[in-house]
Amino acid sequence: MAKLALSERILMNIEKPARYIGNEVNIVKKDLANVDIRIAMCFPDVYEIGMSYLGIQILYDMFNRREDTYCERVYSPWPDLDRIMREENIPLFSLETQTPIHDMDILAITIQYEMCYTNILQVIDLSNISIFSKDRTEDDPIVIGGGPCVVNPEPIADFFDIFYIGEGETSYDELLNLYKEYKHSEMTRKEFLIKASNIPGIYVPSLYEVTYNEDKTIKAVKPIMDGVPASIKRQVVVDFENSPYPLKPVIPYIRATQDRVTLEIMRGCIRGCRFCQAGMIYRPTRQKPVELLKEYAKLMIDNTGYEEISLSSLSSSDYENLDELLNYLIKLRDTEHVNVSLPSLRIDAFSLDVMSKVQDIKKSSLTFASEAGTQRLRDVINKGITEEDILNGSREAFLGGWDKVKLYFMLGLPTETDQDLYGIAELAEKISEVYFDTVPKEKRNGRVMINASASYFVPKPFTPFQWAPMILPEEFTRRAYYVKDCFLQQRNKKSLKFTYHDANISILEGVLARGDRRLSAVIYDVYKQGAIFDAWTEYFDIHRYMDAFKRHNIDILFYTTRERSLDEVFPWDHIDAGVTKAYLAREWEQAKKGVVTKNCRSQCMGCGSAVYQGGVCFEAKN
Amino acid sequence: MKLRIKYTKTGVLRFIGHLDIMRLFQKAIRRAKLNVSYSKGFSPHQVISFAAPMPLGMTSEGEYFDGEFDLVTSTADMMQRLNDTLPEGIVVLDIVALPDDAKPSMSIVSASDYIIFRNEECEEDIISRLIEKIDDMNAMPVVEVMKKTKTKEELTNIKPGIYALHEYVKQSPYTEVYDKAIYMMLASGSILNLKPELVIEALCKQAGITYNRYNYRVHRLETYMGERTSLQSLGTVGKHF
Ligand code: SF4
Repeated sequence: MAKLALSERILMNIEKPARYIGNEVNIVKKDLANVDIRIAMCFPDVYEIGMSYLGIQILYDMFNRREDTYCERVYSPWPDLDRIMREENIPLFSLETQTPIHDMDILAITIQYEMCYTNILQVIDLSNISIFSKDRTEDDPIVIGGGPCVVNPEPIADFFDIFYIGEGETSYDELLNLYKEYKHSEMTRKEFLIKASNIPGIYVPSLYEVTYNEDKTIKAVKPIMDGVPASIKRQVVVDFENSPYPLKPVIPYIRATQDRVTLEIMRGCIRGCRFCQAGMIYRPTRQKPVELLKEYAKLMIDNTGYEEISLSSLSSSDYENLDELLNYLIKLRDTEHVNVSLPSLRIDAFSLDVMSKVQDIKKSSLTFASEAGTQRLRDVINKGITEEDILNGSREAFLGGWDKVKLYFMLGLPTETDQDLYGIAELAEKISEVYFDTVPKEKRNGRVMINASASYFVPKPFTPFQWAPMILPEEFTRRAYYVKDCFLQQRNKKSLKFTYHDANISILEGVLARGDRRLSAVIYDVYKQGAIFDAWTEYFDIHRYMDAFKRHNIDILFYTTRERSLDEVFPWDHIDAGVTKAYLAREWEQAKKGVVTKNCRSQCMGCGSAVYQGGVCFEAKN
Repeated sequence: MKLRIKYTKTGVLRFIGHLDIMRLFQKAIRRAKLNVSYSKGFSPHQVISFAAPMPLGMTSEGEYFDGEFDLVTSTADMMQRLNDTLPEGIVVLDIVALPDDAKPSMSIVSASDYIIFRNEECEEDIISRLIEKIDDMNAMPVVEVMKKTKTKEELTNIKPGIYALHEYVKQSPYTEVYDKAIYMMLASGSILNLKPELVIEALCKQAGITYNRYNYRVHRLETYMGERTSLQSLGTVGKHF
């Protein structure tokens, strides 16, 4: 057992010391004498969140399959420990061997949401690594960023030596081989980075220069020297079926947010909702064969002892052998006492039947991601769900015994009018009417509850809405109040509830998502003012950001409410995500006309992702 | 069949809380493919129950839980299967089959014995200085310490809960190596419960040392049932199989 980095006194004085002691079941142990490359893999949020994230488990497993490499984990120390580490000068350490991160070769950070940017600085800083990549020396680890946020890594470009764009399964081997060469030769850090920039998917931000127009928009992002590629191609695992999968995931002692086996059945989404970044940047859709998934499910349950299994994908209903897979899992439920949790299923007779077998109907609710209140607006966003689908699904569900429905909406979608807002309340009302029409009085126990909630729409890069303006926070609040009023006008208002999210975090997401390199200074500034754990409302302070924007002369409306012209150069234009800008622009135009686009299985719309030579683009089409 | 399982919790696992240890065993039992019984109902759970909950920071080589099993093999086989899958720091030491009328371990615990040794971050002679005061304390008819409850703080006489107190000269195979240690047998359970920390605190008072919880490591040796005069370890009621 490794000696712990933290003392008894510290561990007994902080919340959940188990976050920091490692030694979990299924961790990888290696003889350091036989290891050449040491990687610290970081999820910059608290342990319980980070441990729930499949991507880290995939990379941890993949890196450790290499004999010459030892990958360990590190998470953000919670504010209680953060304070002690700063006061007592304790360097951040890895969980497995409790080694200071600064002694590692590589610090790889996965970036899942914008609100963890200050935590990235926390991790780098506590590791005693210079925060700005330009200040790092040959003795510092190489800091690599990956994950969905790095399709636009510009706001955090100054803090990273390398970004890995896309899925980790493809280019890491080549990068690690190059690293080894660098480590054992006279090659300088700079030379290493230049060579690395030629590996597919590797973006070295310091090798690119950004120039600006007078109106503050971007003129160009160009390599600063020859031999550095002008554009970086997002990596995609084409042979998804045979890509490594962690069948023996590390099991945390303390309850993680996802306390279960996660089975990734499909990557990507065929639907093409126009607001959804994941639906665009994981193209093309690829699925794993059902026989393989059955085998994985059984193996992972055996290897972990978890009592629950959940499917991971953007839209499980689109998995082609879902019936067979679910029937198998239901069988496992009976023989192995495994609960099955089913996220993202379309509500229909089949899914209701499955759900009735695996959930306690009285306790669970049905979820419809309607996103918009009227068919017109659903067509604008290309959300392929109709009022009829929702009402029919609800009817079936009410007959099956459910009496709670959840509805998700976004406010501030492009072209949204008050009529669309009224539509939200009207839809909720209609669902409640379906309940009263279908369920006879004597069978009603308690009251039907329709819970609608709305979030603040944030346009994301690499979506058709990347050109769209975000609405002002005052307007968001007005719309939210308006919807609330509309709910009060409904006949069954006692069965309806409307809530909406806090606007502050979305405003910031709006700035950072489509931000550029000029924002690095602001992020550094707010971090220096004490910002960490911004994704946690109890720690997030919008004023800290607003003051910093002011100090740096940044008008946030430039990033949020401004409608971009079709020919504007975006900060992320040098990243080639597969979907082309031309396709996205076409979709933006169609959106404004309210014309829907077919899904990849019905008709290919030529989005550009076929260049990867795999997935749904090459499935036999009828 | 009802089994009683004895296990250790040592090393860095002292920072894992009681509920998490329960969850750890639930998973380990499944990985070991033991035929534990499940409750009926919509979300069935394993029929297992733990004896005394262990505070964070304490290690032990005398912990117990009871479990109901649909099928059993043998003591040796079940121990082996569990130990093959348990993390470093937890070892199953024994499994016995309980008679049908055995009471749950949680309800019968009456005493525990512990050893106390120095945490490596504190001064070297601290335990020796406490040992010097043991005879004095054993001679005192009343030993008073401040006991904190949720609502108030009051002077309490802990003497009735101290069944034995002396120096410990053996080395436990389940702890880090120490040069000096104190042994104490204390009342525990629902009738009378005395935490070892309070005894250390009382010794510190005698020795004129400011009490600091983090200077000491507490390690449980065994959990007992029965009257003070006839204590037996929780495992003695069962049989190997
Ligand atoms: S190329 Fe066609 S089939 Fe492939 S992801 Fe794009 S739209 Fe879908």
